[in-house]
Amino acid sequence: MPTLTINGQPVTAPEGATILEAARAAHIHIPTLCHHPDLSNVGACRMCVVSVEKARGLQTACTTPVFEGMTVHTDSAEAIATRRFVLEMLLTDHPNECMTCEVNGDCELQDLVYDYGVEWPQHDGARHSYAFDPDPNPFIAIDRNKCILCGRCIRACTEMQNRDVWSFASRGFATKLVAGADQPLLDAGCESCGQCVAYCPTGALFDKMSLNKGRPSQVKKVRTTCSFCGVGCNFDLHVRNGKAIRVTSARNAPVNGLALCVKGRYGYDYIHNPERLTRPLVRAKWLDPARLAQQVADGTWQVREKAGRRSQQTENGQRSTSDNAWPTDNPALTIDHFIAVDWDTALDVTATKLAQEKKRHGGRSFAFLASAKCSNEENFLFAKLTRQLMTTNSIDHCARL
Amino acid sequence: MTNSIRDIAEESRCIFIIGSNTTEQHPVIGSKIRRAKRQRGAKLIVADPRRIDIAEYADLYLRHRPGTDIALLNGIMHVILRDGQQDADFIAARTEGFDELAATVAKYTPEVASAITGVPAAKIEAAARMMAEHRPGALLYAMGITQHKMGVANVMSCANLQMLLGNMGVAGGGVNPLRGQNNVQGACDMGGLPNVYSGYQPVTQAEAQAKFEAAWGVPLDNRVGLTVTEMLKGAEEGTVRCLYIVGENPMTSDPDLRHVQYSLDKTEFIVLQELFYSETAPYADVIFPAASFAEKEGTVTNTERRIQRVRKAVEAPGEAQLDTWIITQLARRLLALGAAEPDTAAPFGGWNYNSPQDIMAEINALTPSYAGVTYRRIEAGASLQWPVPNESHPGTPILHVGKFTRGLGRFAAVDHTPPGERPDADYPTVMTTGRVLYHWHGGEMTRRASGLLAAYPEALIEVSIEDAQRLAIEDGDMVRLVSRRGAVEAKAWVTERVSRDLVFATFHFPDQAANWLTSAEHLDPVAKIPEFKVTAVRLEKV
Repeated sequence: MPTLTINGQPVTAPEGATILEAARAAHIHIPTLCHHPDLSNVGACRMCVVSVEKARGLQTACTTPVFEGMTVHTDSAEAIATRRFVLEMLLTDHPNECMTCEVNGDCELQDLVYDYGVEWPQHDGARHSYAFDPDPNPFIAIDRNKCILCGRCIRACTEMQNRDVWSFASRGFATKLVAGADQPLLDAGCESCGQCVAYCPTGALFDKMSLNKGRPSQVKKVRTTCSFCGVGCNFDLHVRNGKAIRVTSARNAPVNGLALCVKGRYGYDYIHNPERLTRPLVRAKWLDPARLAQQVADGTWQVREKAGRRSQQTENGQRSTSDNAWPTDNPALTIDHFIAVDWDTALDVTATKLAQEKKRHGGRSFAFLASAKCSNEENFLFAKLTRQLMTTNSIDHCARL
Repeated sequence: MTNSIRDIAEESRCIFIIGSNTTEQHPVIGSKIRRAKRQRGAKLIVADPRRIDIAEYADLYLRHRPGTDIALLNGIMHVILRDGQQDADFIAARTEGFDELAATVAKYTPEVASAITGVPAAKIEAAARMMAEHRPGALLYAMGITQHKMGVANVMSCANLQMLLGNMGVAGGGVNPLRGQNNVQGACDMGGLPNVYSGYQPVTQAEAQAKFEAAWGVPLDNRVGLTVTEMLKGAEEGTVRCLYIVGENPMTSDPDLRHVQYSLDKTEFIVLQELFYSETAPYADVIFPAASFAEKEGTVTNTERRIQRVRKAVEAPGEAQLDTWIITQLARRLLALGAAEPDTAAPFGGWNYNSPQDIMAEINALTPSYAGVTYRRIEAGASLQWPVPNESHPGTPILHVGKFTRGLGRFAAVDHTPPGERPDADYPTVMTTGRVLYHWHGGEMTRRASGLLAAYPEALIEVSIEDAQRLAIEDGDMVRLVSRRGAVEAKAWVTERVSRDLVFATFHFPDQAANWLTSAEHLDPVAKIPEFKVTAVRLEKV
């Protein structure tokens, strides 16, 4: 294990470690932009340049391996001047739009410009003016004007997702990020996992569904577990004004790190779908007709969907499903209508019926379907209800389906 | 899973996927497998009747006919044994029933296996060699293995292969079913099954019964209850009178929807606890509006037995309520009505829960594998995989290390048996079913997620190039699938993913749901799982 000196401090690092790795292990800060600890190092942005004694010129800390006796100065005047120059050059082709940028407050470029006190450059050369969000996919918004060509998205797609969708096209000033052969993302084999967004250090790639919904300083983040498949990815739900407006992945998520799939990252908005059920519904046939008429007239209960069932077997045998049979001759309120009622009524109707059925037919006449969508605690209680109160083991769920 | 996602991704030298469309159904595991293959050179073998996405990355792709998994696995084991590549030490020390297995697989020469499966004999040989030369190897499967009349035997066959190779109880090995729903593992763990209490304590075992009777203060039934497929049969026959469904949509996800419809129609009383007015809702008598995952506190258990937190981020809409609240309220009313009369001295006889922590305390007390899974530990950052027998136990990332849970691992010799549903002149094509990347199960949530619906707005039926040419079907044409039970119409996706006389359909869109076609007749005799992966159909151009 070689020992080197960084800023006068002796540091021992594993064989093959880079200066950056050795420094970070010793809690010495070196700024980076194209580097990400999950990805390979390309040394493209030159932000991490440091002075190494006896070496010619500055070295990129992210790609230079340490050696025994190496002496490194991370904040030499030359390194700092170079970093400032790099940042100035980046700003010459970057929009001055932090006021309206989605990632304001969570932007690595913005932080570095701040840290190094770089002024907005006086510059009358060429600037790109790519169209905003030119790709028709519903998930990932592309703002090439904010792209600093660090290539983290490309490496994330190639090395983490292993899908090889992103690459650079052209050379020099014309270099731009493209999907496939400069195709729409979904035609280029993109799986919409959004890892490129997660690894983007600026606002060049962003979650389309979250545009203008809330910036980092405006949201509360809640760490939770995904509701779709059984992989168990953790993510942060961003909440603003009581609404979930974005999902972001987190490097310290035990199973998935920064990876998610399209459903986890972009499938959350069903929770705010206007079709969510918001009141208990009871079919009219189980309600007392007089009370029903009164509550509907008062407006406390509401008549909802009518859903006919072919047979309406009851204790007394076949019951007519004729629209006009009950409780009145009003076709807008039949025994087959769902009525939006209060919780007490819905629970009382259910408990009364279940208790009555148990008394008459015993536990074997019940069947309970638990849910692979519900929590452990919920399933435990449901199984307890089945076994302790209804005295049956007829409980199952969709594990077989 | 016997193993963990991490050890498979990082340490497995050969990953064998059979019956799992991993990159679409468990995409994060899928990308980790691609990473293992591309970034560190692990071998990847994929066996699937469909040339699914992950097959494109495989060192070896075996396209076997639906319902021939046992023949394929026996063929691979035949080659391993013929070449003396089995792990003799592991077999001697840790297993039983080897001679019977050896006798059975002796019949499955590569040629015999090839004739049954349609996989060239040379590929069966190559797969066996690759597995033998790259240990530890992990086997991953999903519903492609289980949703067959021979589902249980298929699983046993997977276990046979892994024991034969000595790939059990080691990092990078194991038999690893990928579970399809966020808490299907937990629902099983918590006793949401007709034969076991929480932690798989059998209802038929006197000791377990006595334990729960003492805890809950009531006499309990010691007879195994009904499985989901038997429940609907019971409803049809009138023996099941009341059905209480939480967060499930049988009218898209169960086999033979016409039969489901008929059975639900005949049921006296149906309670449904749901987020949406689902396809099952029109059959309900009472519908309770429930809270989504983003509106509740609790824990879920993933496919590798890891218990993790779900946290409340937003309020439930309107009067929608937590499932725990609904169940507790109902239980208290049932107690008041005398539906059961628990002994007041029983430690867990009552229903006085104020938080998920209170419920977890009861789970800890009654469930040995969850005994050490406390909120205190989880909130302090522990990410535990059961079994966690006590509060100082670190959890169990890999099962069967040094010793199988049952003692010796049992080889269960199984023979190939054809699927229950067979094609004939009227229904010459095999339909297999599953899900796609952009939708999830019955589609109740994903059809209401704007981006996902935009990316995949309608049902597609995968049709082979050969069948498309024969029937003059162009990509995007409407086609009809007719089975002995029903018919659906949807757009065709003409693709190399399926081979001649094989089509693939999903159940994400109610009107086009493949389950109008599937059969509820052919069930695995033990697991009662339907034979979703093999349905005889006729493909027609509309």
